[in-house]
Amino acid sequence: MKYIYDLHKTMLANNLILIYEGEFTQEITKSVLSMAERNMDSMGEESNIKRKVFNVMVECLQNIVKHSDEVDDHDSDQPSAIFMIGKSNTDYIITTGNPIKNENVDKVKGRLDKINGLDKDGLKQLYKEIIKGTEISEKGGAGLGFVDMARKSGNSLDYAFEQMNDKYSFFSLKSTISGQA
Amino acid sequence: MEILNLEGTEDTPKIILDQGNGIFEISGRSLPEDTAEFYEPILDWIKGYSQSPNDKTEFVFKLEYFNTASSKLILDVLSALEDIDGTSVLWYFHEDDEDMEEAGEEFSELVEIPFEFKTY
Repeated sequence: MKYIYDLHKTMLANNLILIYEGEFTQEITKSVLSMAERNMDSMGEESNIKRKVFNVMVECLQNIVKHSDEVDDHDSDQPSAIFMIGKSNTDYIITTGNPIKNENVDKVKGRLDKINGLDKDGLKQLYKEIIKGTEISEKGGAGLGFVDMARKSGNSLDYAFEQMNDKYSFFSLKSTISGQA
Repeated sequence: MEILNLEGTEDTPKIILDQGNGIFEISGRSLPEDTAEFYEPILDWIKGYSQSPNDKTEFVFKLEYFNTASSKLILDVLSALEDIDGTSVLWYFHEDDEDMEEAGEEFSELVEIPFEFKTY
C-alpha cells in the first residue's frame, strides 16, 4: 500500500491538483473541466486566469480525444493517456501525455517548434492563416489547438517524445499559464 | 423561416434564429464533440434565410467561451452572413475578457461585415 503514500507525496511535491489517467472522451473532458473549474473557484482564482486555464485545458483534452493514437496492443491494459493540472505559486501548469505513432513525431515536433519560434503577432498571423485556409479535418480538428494554447497561455509549449517501442512514442506536452504577479 | 431555437448546454451554445422577431443570437459556451455536426443546422438556416432576408440583420454573438474547432465554424457562419445585405454583428464580451474581445476583432478583420463591440 506504500504506493498510495508515495503518489500522494509526489503530487504534493509537484504541486499537482488533479491527475486523470485512462480513457478520454467528451464526457470525461466535461467532468475534468468541471472539477478543475470548481477547484479554481474554491481557491478564489481571478476570472481572467480561470478563463485562460479553461481554454488551454479544453484544447489539451480535445487534442487527446481526437489525436491520441490507439495502442493496439491487446495484451496491455496500459491506459492510453494522462492529463495533469498543477499550480506552482501563481502559475498553472497543464500537462498531457499520450502515445502517438513514431511516424507522426517529426510532424508534431515541427509544428510545435514553428509555434515556439513565433512572437505574439506571429502567432496571431498564423492563427488567421490557418482559420482562413482549413477545412475541419476528419478527426474534427481545425489545426488551431497548439496555436491557441500558445496564444492563450502566453508561454511557449514545452514538449518531449519518449520512444515506447518500434511503433509508438509517448508525447508529453506542457503549457504554463502565468497568474498575475 | 421556421424558428431555430436550441437550448444551451455545458458544451453547446444557445441558439435563437427568429426571422419574424428579428432575433439572431449565439450565446454561451461552444466546445461540442462534433463541431461541424452541431453547426450544420445553423448554416443551413442561414442559407435558407439568405433567400429572402429581412432589411436588417443584426447578428448577436455573446459567447463566454469557444474552442478552436468552433472558431472555424463561427467563421463559416460569418462568411454565410457576409452575402446578406444589411447584416451587422454585435459582438459581446465580458468586460475583463480581452481574449474574447480580440477574437471578435480578428473575426471582424476576416469578413466584410460591420462589427459593433459591447461589454456585458
